[in-house]
Amino acid sequence: MPTSLRHLAHLTWLETKIFVREPLGVIGSVAVPVLLFVVVGRIAAGSVGAPDVAGSGDGPGTTAFLRADLPVFAAILIALSAVLSLVTIIALYREGGILRRLRATPVRPPTILLAHVLVKLMFTAATLALMVLAGRRFYPVDVDAPLVSFTLALVLATWSLLSIGFVIASVVPTARFAQPLGALILYPMIPLSGLFAPIDMLPPALETLARLLPLTYAVSLLRGIWTGEPWLAHAGDVAALGAVFAVATAIASRVFRWE
Amino acid sequence: MHPDHVVEVDGIRKAYGRTVAVADVTFTVRRGEIFGLIGPNGAGKTTTLECVEGLRAPDAGRIEVLGLDPIRDRRALQLRIGVQLQEAQLQKRIKVWEAVAFWQSLYPDPADGDGLLRQLGLDEKRNAWFMTLSGGQKQRLFIALALVNDPEVVFLDELTTGLDPQARRAIWDLVRDIRERGKTVVLTTHLMEEAERLCDRVAILDRARIVDIDTPAALVERHCPQRTVVVATDSGSAAERFRALPTTTSVRSDGHRHEIAGRGDALVTDVIRTISAHGMPVSEFRTELPNLEDVFLTLTGRSIRA
Repeated sequence: MPTSLRHLAHLTWLETKIFVREPLGVIGSVAVPVLLFVVVGRIAAGSVGAPDVAGSGDGPGTTAFLRADLPVFAAILIALSAVLSLVTIIALYREGGILRRLRATPVRPPTILLAHVLVKLMFTAATLALMVLAGRRFYPVDVDAPLVSFTLALVLATWSLLSIGFVIASVVPTARFAQPLGALILYPMIPLSGLFAPIDMLPPALETLARLLPLTYAVSLLRGIWTGEPWLAHAGDVAALGAVFAVATAIASRVFRWE
Repeated sequence: MHPDHVVEVDGIRKAYGRTVAVADVTFTVRRGEIFGLIGPNGAGKTTTLECVEGLRAPDAGRIEVLGLDPIRDRRALQLRIGVQLQEAQLQKRIKVWEAVAFWQSLYPDPADGDGLLRQLGLDEKRNAWFMTLSGGQKQRLFIALALVNDPEVVFLDELTTGLDPQARRAIWDLVRDIRERGKTVVLTTHLMEEAERLCDRVAILDRARIVDIDTPAALVERHCPQRTVVVATDSGSAAERFRALPTTTSVRSDGHRHEIAGRGDALVTDVIRTISAHGMPVSEFRTELPNLEDVFLTLTGRSIRA
C-alpha cells in the first residue's frame, strides 16, 4: 500500500475510535436524527390517519410528504450535521495546535482532512441505514426506494457540502465561532433548496439565489433518486455538486490556515 | 557543512508584516550537545526554531540541518529530526498508546514504542486519554513522539513552561538522557535556571537578535565577573580590613553586615583568609554568584522577567 494510503487508513480508523468516544458524537450525529425522523414521521402519519398511510398512498399532501420529502429532509439534515461537525473538528484541531503538531510529521495535510471526511461519510451512511430500518419498523410507509442509489446520492451530496465546510473551517478563527457561523451559512439554504416549495414559486431574486446554492442540487438529486428517477435525469445535479466540490476545495486549499 | 556541525544558521531573517521576528541570526549547533536559545518571550526563539525545523521559510539567510535544506529537503529532514512544539495538543480522547502507534506508522524504521513509554515513565498511562494526563505527562508524551523515529537531532520548544518545579526537574533528567544516547538537542527556554542547568551552550536572543553565544559559565565569566561576599561579624575592624584587600572593589557596611564586592574567585579566598587570620567571630557567610539572569541584565539593560 502506498505510504499516504496507509497513513489515511490508520488515521481514519483512529479518528473513528476517537469520534465514538465523544460523549455527544454518536448520539448527536446518529441517534438524534434517527429519533427525530421517527417522531416527525409518526406525527405526520397520525395526522393523515392510519389507513391512508398503510394503504395505497393516494392521499393528499401529507402522504406525499411522508413518501418523498421527509426522507429527503432527513437526509439533508444528516449531511448538514456532518458538515457542521467537520467544521467544528477542524477549528478545534487548529485552535488546539493538533494540526500544527501533525504538520511537523511526514503525514501529508490532505490525508488529515480526508480521514475526517471519510469518518463523516461513514457515519452519514450508517445514520441513513438506521433511519430506514427504524422507519420500516415504526411506520410502514410503502416505499420501494432504491436504497443503494439513495445512499450513494447522499454520500455524493455530503461530499460536496463538506467542501463548503472546508472553506468555512479555513476562515473561522475559533471553534466557538465555527458552529454558529456554519449554521448561519448552511441552514438558510434549506428553505431555498426547493425542499418545501418548488424554487420556481420563489420571487425571482430568491430563485436566482437558490439556483446558486449547492443544497438546491442536493435536494433535487436526492428527491429524484428517492422517487425512482434514473441517475441520467439528474446528471446536471451531479455535475453541479461536482463543480461546487472543485471550486470550494480550490478556495479552501488557498485560504486554509494550519494555525 | 563542517562534520561536527548538526545545525548551521547563517544570517536568517523573518518578518511578519512590519514586525521583524528574527533579524540576522547566526549560530551553529555541534553534534552531541544540548544547545539552548534563550531570551524573554517575543525575542524570536520560536520563530528561529521553526525555521530550522522547516515549518517556516526565512525571508533571507541560509539554514542547513544534517546537511539538508529544511525547506527544500523538508520530507527527507522530517525523517531524521524529532520535534516538540510549543503549546501543541493532541486529540482529547486519543489514548497514549494510540498516539505512539500512529506516530510509529508515519516513519519507515520507528523506535520501540513500549520501550519509549517505559523510559519516559508513561507505561502505566498507556490506555489513558490525552485529556486526562497531567501537564508533565503530556510533555513526556510529546518527548516520546519526538523520539519515535530515533532522530539524530531533537528540537524542544519551551518544554517545561507551565510545569511545577518537580515535574520540570524530571523533564531535565529526560533531556540529559537524550543527549547520553548520542543525540543532539536544540531547545528554547525563557527560564535562565533551566538553561544554566541543562545547556552545554546557549545563544542569548533579545529583540530578534543574538547578543552572545557560549557556555553558561563562560558567559557569566565574560559579562559578570563580579562576586559578592556577605559577611556578618561584630569585629570592629572588619570593614577596614576587607576594604584593604587587593581583589575588593567596594564594601558596603552597616558596621555589622558587610557586602564585599570584587572580581573573580580570588575575592572569596581572600575574604576567608582575612576572617581566619584575625579570628573574627562570624554569624553569617554567603557568596553571591552572578547567573545568566545577571548576564542578560548586563547585556540588554533589562531584566529578563520584565
